Amino acid sequence: MSKAVEALSARIQARFSDDVAVHVAFDEVTVEVPAAQLLPVAQALRDEEAFSFEELIDICGVDLLTYGETEWDTVSASCTGFSRGVDRPHKVKHLPHEELRFAVIYHLLSVTNNQRVRLKVMLDEANLVVDSVVGLWASADWYEREAFDLFGVMFKGHPDLRRLLTDYGFIGHPFRKDFPLQGNVEMRYDAEKRRVVYEPVSIELRTLVPRVIREQYPVKSVTEGEG
Amino acid sequence: MAEIRNYTLNFGPQHPSAHGVLRLVLELDGETIERADPHIGLLHRATEKLAETKPYNSSIPYMDRLDYVSMMCNEHGYVLALEKMLGITAPERAQYIRVMFDEITRILNHCMWLGAHALDIGAMTVFLYAFREREDLMDAYEAVSGARLHAAYYRPGGVYRDLPDSMPKYEPSKWHNQKEVDRLNENRQGSLLDFIEDFTRRFPTYIDEYETLLTDNRIWKQRTVGIGVVSPERALQMGFSGPMIRGSGIEWDLRKKQPYAVYDKVDFDIPVGVNGDCYDRYLVRIEEMRQSNRIIKQCVDWLRNNPGPVMLDDHKHVPPKREEMKSNMESLIHHFKLFTEGYSLPEGEVYTAVEHPKGEFGIYLVSDGANKPYRLKIRAPGFAHLAALDEMSRGHMLADVVAIIGTQDIVFGEVDR
Repeated sequence: MSKAVEALSARIQARFSDDVAVHVAFDEVTVEVPAAQLLPVAQALRDEEAFSFEELIDICGVDLLTYGETEWDTVSASCTGFSRGVDRPHKVKHLPHEELRFAVIYHLLSVTNNQRVRLKVMLDEANLVVDSVVGLWASADWYEREAFDLFGVMFKGHPDLRRLLTDYGFIGHPFRKDFPLQGNVEMRYDAEKRRVVYEPVSIELRTLVPRVIREQYPVKSVTEGEG
Repeated sequence: MAEIRNYTLNFGPQHPSAHGVLRLVLELDGETIERADPHIGLLHRATEKLAETKPYNSSIPYMDRLDYVSMMCNEHGYVLALEKMLGITAPERAQYIRVMFDEITRILNHCMWLGAHALDIGAMTVFLYAFREREDLMDAYEAVSGARLHAAYYRPGGVYRDLPDSMPKYEPSKWHNQKEVDRLNENRQGSLLDFIEDFTRRFPTYIDEYETLLTDNRIWKQRTVGIGVVSPERALQMGFSGPMIRGSGIEWDLRKKQPYAVYDKVDFDIPVGVNGDCYDRYLVRIEEMRQSNRIIKQCVDWLRNNPGPVMLDDHKHVPPKREEMKSNMESLIHHFKLFTEGYSLPEGEVYTAVEHPKGEFGIYLVSDGANKPYRLKIRAPGFAHLAALDEMSRGHMLADVVAIIGTQDIVFGEVDR
């Protein structure tokens, strides 16, 4: 498998040269594509025999706003006790393209070659538009609607970009990192008005386990036991 | 002659044939479907967002609740993603247990599908038969995990505990006298493996029973042959997987093509359809049940002869045994850390996929090195299948929509997530 992954990444790099950046990690190929190049690259990956990625498995959005933020400073925690400062997030890790907040991830599968590839398109918050791939893979239809619904990414050329998972008349894009987990509104049936009413949410968010980033402990060999 | 006009029909969200909360807006020309617009999301629980706020292990029970008729397969996809990132592999015995329970889950799922699908099209008896077998398998679930449905049994690094040596037994009550209880307990005298083996001996005859009722049944064939035909090219275009793509004649099964756990060590075949209609997909699933039964038998044999650990001994990721925790300081620390903070994953992203009873169940996991996922995306097979409902049902009659929903094996827990 590993050899095939290497060969695939080399083939992609050779075919698209400087247009894309290819990474291999965890035995998976990730191809970072500029938004303007997405359609030609996707078309080539689908149609050229060396790739033949006939199937689009998944599209998803990622919001990188809080990437690398922790809620608990492990160094000063002992001085401040268990107050933990969960409301003071600070960044400990940074991404190469910090200014690009959103990513759209495409997972492709080649049934012919039994290979997978991941395309990654980074997008700026101010210009949250990417070309739709519905014309290449019909399955993109709902996946793009979902990414639009949850992250607010616009897909140019999508025939019917409506919300998919959220309620009719929903406001906001719930999977963005600045959208609160408990939401903004709650609904209940009002017996007097004899209809469902929406009100500002009354529950508060609690952090049960703070988010911490640890230096990775070395992974041990799995056969040996330890005391 | 009366004038016929087009009209729009609201199907669901509370319709028994909608397999959950599906609102389907159908544009009809007489009784012919012109357009089907599924409105989903009525069961949307934002599982992916909830998982972002919890340590990794706390999300395992959420996986059960995605596709709530194939619980352990969902867990398998999730723990595989964690194991891939941590760089650990479960002990071989745990992998055999996982494969055995994956296949038990597949039979559970297909029994549910068969019963519901047949009931929708008008065959009542199959439903009752299928649920009789589900009962035994859910007892196996209960014996091993304590829960009949939402097991939370797989953990990164293995499975929660080894298979029990004895099965719980029925006791006499107001409703069951001693004689009846003795009959019910007959196959529960030995271990769980004995119970499962007894099931695998009985199950092929049960499948024969379903087939006697349906396979050559004229009404069944009239309702399924030539309905919802999908060509192989369209199946790939629409992102099909699992029995849906195999029904269209593409030999694609992740258990064979990209084997995980010990699927490369067990012997089984992939059934493939020819015409890509509802009937072929029915035949594919029926044969899959037989193949699952075969895999379970092999796993039972292996598990009988190969005792061993079912969990890694790596206490940075796997909690130590309780008795160790009570006597050993280091184990106590490990236990405390794992149950308060959990473990951190290295920075990066992985995608793992398993052959779920309904198709390819994938987990895309992004980690920034924290003890919680940064982003978890669940690739549910039913989502892609339901998206194709419009194309599959166009030009068919209203009653065929029900057959197509049935053949897609839709469960809203995973479609809406």
